[in-house]
Amino acid sequence: MTDIRIITANEAAAIAASLCGVQVIAAYPITPQTPVTEALAGMVERGELKAEYLTVESEHSAMASVIAASQMGARVFTATSANGLLYMHEMLHWAAGSRVPVVMACVNRGVGAPWTILNDQQDSIAQRDTGWIQLYCRNSQEVTDTVIQGYRIAEQTNIPVMVCYDGFVLSHASTPVEVPDREDVERYLPPWAGVPGINLDASMNINPLILSEPRQAPDGDLLPGYMDLRYRLQEDLLAALEAIDSADREFESLFGRGWGGLLWEYQMDDAEHALVSMGSLASESTLAADSMRQQGLRTGVLGVRTYRPFPTLRFTRALAKVKTVTVFEKDISYGYGGALANDLKAALFDTDLRPRFSSFVAGLGGRDVNPEQLVQAATDAITKESVPGWIDVRGQ
Amino acid sequence: MADKIRETIAAASKPAPGEAGKTGDWRSQTPVIDQGKCTQKDTCLLCWLYCPDGVISREFPLEIDLEYCKGCGICAEECPRKAITMADGKTLDDAEEK
Repeated sequence: MTDIRIITANEAAAIAASLCGVQVIAAYPITPQTPVTEALAGMVERGELKAEYLTVESEHSAMASVIAASQMGARVFTATSANGLLYMHEMLHWAAGSRVPVVMACVNRGVGAPWTILNDQQDSIAQRDTGWIQLYCRNSQEVTDTVIQGYRIAEQTNIPVMVCYDGFVLSHASTPVEVPDREDVERYLPPWAGVPGINLDASMNINPLILSEPRQAPDGDLLPGYMDLRYRLQEDLLAALEAIDSADREFESLFGRGWGGLLWEYQMDDAEHALVSMGSLASESTLAADSMRQQGLRTGVLGVRTYRPFPTLRFTRALAKVKTVTVFEKDISYGYGGALANDLKAALFDTDLRPRFSSFVAGLGGRDVNPEQLVQAATDAITKESVPGWIDVRGQ
Repeated sequence: MADKIRETIAAASKPAPGEAGKTGDWRSQTPVIDQGKCTQKDTCLLCWLYCPDGVISREFPLEIDLEYCKGCGICAEECPRKAITMADGKTLDDAEEK
């Protein structure tokens, strides 16, 4: 029988991690992620989840702990938000460089200063160059399914996965979620064999000091240098696009639900105008597209599920026939522009596609964005000579 | 094979003599053992225990593998009988010449 529960995205993430049989959890509470840690701590306390729950003193230690546990062969989970994620920054690089399949929920929140606990995506966008896979979810069902897919992707590629979802908008909003059957999850997600090469009989130094040049090991193997390992990470990240796509396809064949893999499309088949966004703002853009169509503007939405690695080819295919592209995003690369818009423009440059391109920063620090504002901004972008790149900035 | 996979995607090394090359090259002082002063034998072995490079034998008379000894001097510092001293130079020959 289908198990449908009315739960928040935070509860969904915790339940999904427990369905995956995580063995070590290390997390430090921070709004809006806290209910994830509370839910998991409760499951461990009640004996429903046989896992080691480490109450660490910081996010830096949380990530260091799950890296170590992962290297010892445990399936691990952690979650954080905003400044906590920034505090992890060094260890995020370390996790990716160590090639451990950590899965982490990032409950997106704006970054201080000034202080905010409310939602935008500046926190995870600021971590885009750490070598992690970043997946953005649009609802609690997708959070559930993406955490489960996350383990499959991470363990297949040996690259850590960040499952991002919007703070409060999703993390604290209760909606119906179909909780997958544990046996189905076990079928989808085979037991992890652990990091290759580590056992008690053949101890190894993990991540020792390594120089930039390859070197000959005493047993004759030529070991890669720093730059060679970094090149390998980049190659494997690009190849992970296929792993992310196939993890979603196989999930769909088993559970009957897919999320588009790399990107999802809404009304894009005949669209002349594309709205591009990530997370809950992308869901909201579908409402904007509907009302733009009522005004005679053939509009569709391209939702970004996978931001790193960047699905360049899928983007250019999906945008091959549109006349305009309008990006909405809750982040900015300060001193230049929206991160997604910048990346997408760079992707189009390698093609002959030259749609009229506009981008908007919206909803920073939890400022409400409604579909009417998106419609206004997108319509202005299509019809006017120039538009301001921000939505609803006040008091200027 | 599994070891190999690990090594090619992330940095790892197996503890083994020579993992960092012939580290004896690094030496500027060389340990000299006075076997006559080494009297506690099996009940001591502090030099063997403390040596960070594992280059001191457990058999008597003690031998130090100078191909890998970095000349750190910890063995000389720890020896309760002062049976090990550090002589200037990269080799015993250098040490004797001075």
